[in-house]
Amino acid sequence: MNTINTPKRTVWPVWLALLVLTTLLAGCAPTIPNDAMTLTEDSLQERQMQTRTFETSDEATLLSASAAVLQDLGYLIEDSETKCGLIVTSRDRDVTDAGEVLAAVLLGALSGVPVPWDEHQRVIASLVTRPIGDEKIAVRITFQHMVWNSSKQLVRNETINDPEIYQEFFSKLSKSVFLTAHDL
Amino acid sequence: MKRLRPCLLLLCALIVGTLLLGGCAQRQREIFETSESQLALRSMQTRVFDTDDKNTMLRTVIATLQDLGFVVNEADADLGTVTATKRSGYALKVTVSVRPKGKTQMIVRASAQYNIYIVEDPEPYQKFFAALSKAAFLEANQIE
Repeated sequence: MNTINTPKRTVWPVWLALLVLTTLLAGCAPTIPNDAMTLTEDSLQERQMQTRTFETSDEATLLSASAAVLQDLGYLIEDSETKCGLIVTSRDRDVTDAGEVLAAVLLGALSGVPVPWDEHQRVIASLVTRPIGDEKIAVRITFQHMVWNSSKQLVRNETINDPEIYQEFFSKLSKSVFLTAHDL
Repeated sequence: MKRLRPCLLLLCALIVGTLLLGGCAQRQREIFETSESQLALRSMQTRVFDTDDKNTMLRTVIATLQDLGFVVNEADADLGTVTATKRSGYALKVTVSVRPKGKTQMIVRASAQYNIYIVEDPEPYQKFFAALSKAAFLEANQIE
């Protein structure tokens, strides 16, 4: 008749199981990052990068001109609410690059593991106008982009922080309304 | 046979773990079906401001969300709602509604969703209302 194993031999699977259990249960309710709802030092810099003021009180014309500039840049209007001064636009593009595909295929062949490449990019541009007093209107635009690869995984999901992109937009808007775009 | 016992133990633990995980998701759904916890969530997500200007309040909400790094996706001035998303490797989606309370106050309610989970922690809401309060130059009062 077999005697029961000494406890030492069966301890490690129990600990492993407990570890697995704890990990699984911990995955139930993730907490959001601490800075998600905090105004940081970067917030002010970002606001300055994303905003220009125009000396006009005609919000409707400014909004309309902004929509036209975004259309010129290839964006499609998704939503708008003129009473809040909001226009939301998006642009989808195929970003497949021959060089990247070749490199991925070669790497995949060498390593035996398939390597995906970037395929689809979506940029969301959200513009808001806001009157400042009676003589000025602030225009703030934010760009976010998402990139999916050839395995349909989301590989990038972030706000765009390149000042040149914002500069280009305001330069076009400024020309369109014949007004100077002032810094905030 | 002696080697089999620890393996069986591990297998049992993994099965139990999977069942518990499934149960966890079910429990989360049940949590938000009781009226008591809906009240707690509403209290966490709502503040009252002493203003009667719905449109200005809505625009202030939009400006605050932009300052916090959100991109506004939709707004409806008549309904008094704004929806915005923050993307920084995660997707934090927020809907804020502004509606009148009597003739002199506005109720502002913010509901946040982090990826596919409802945000039930009071701290992010407190931070949001602190930022909104500052931008509006008004105090954010707790709902009674």
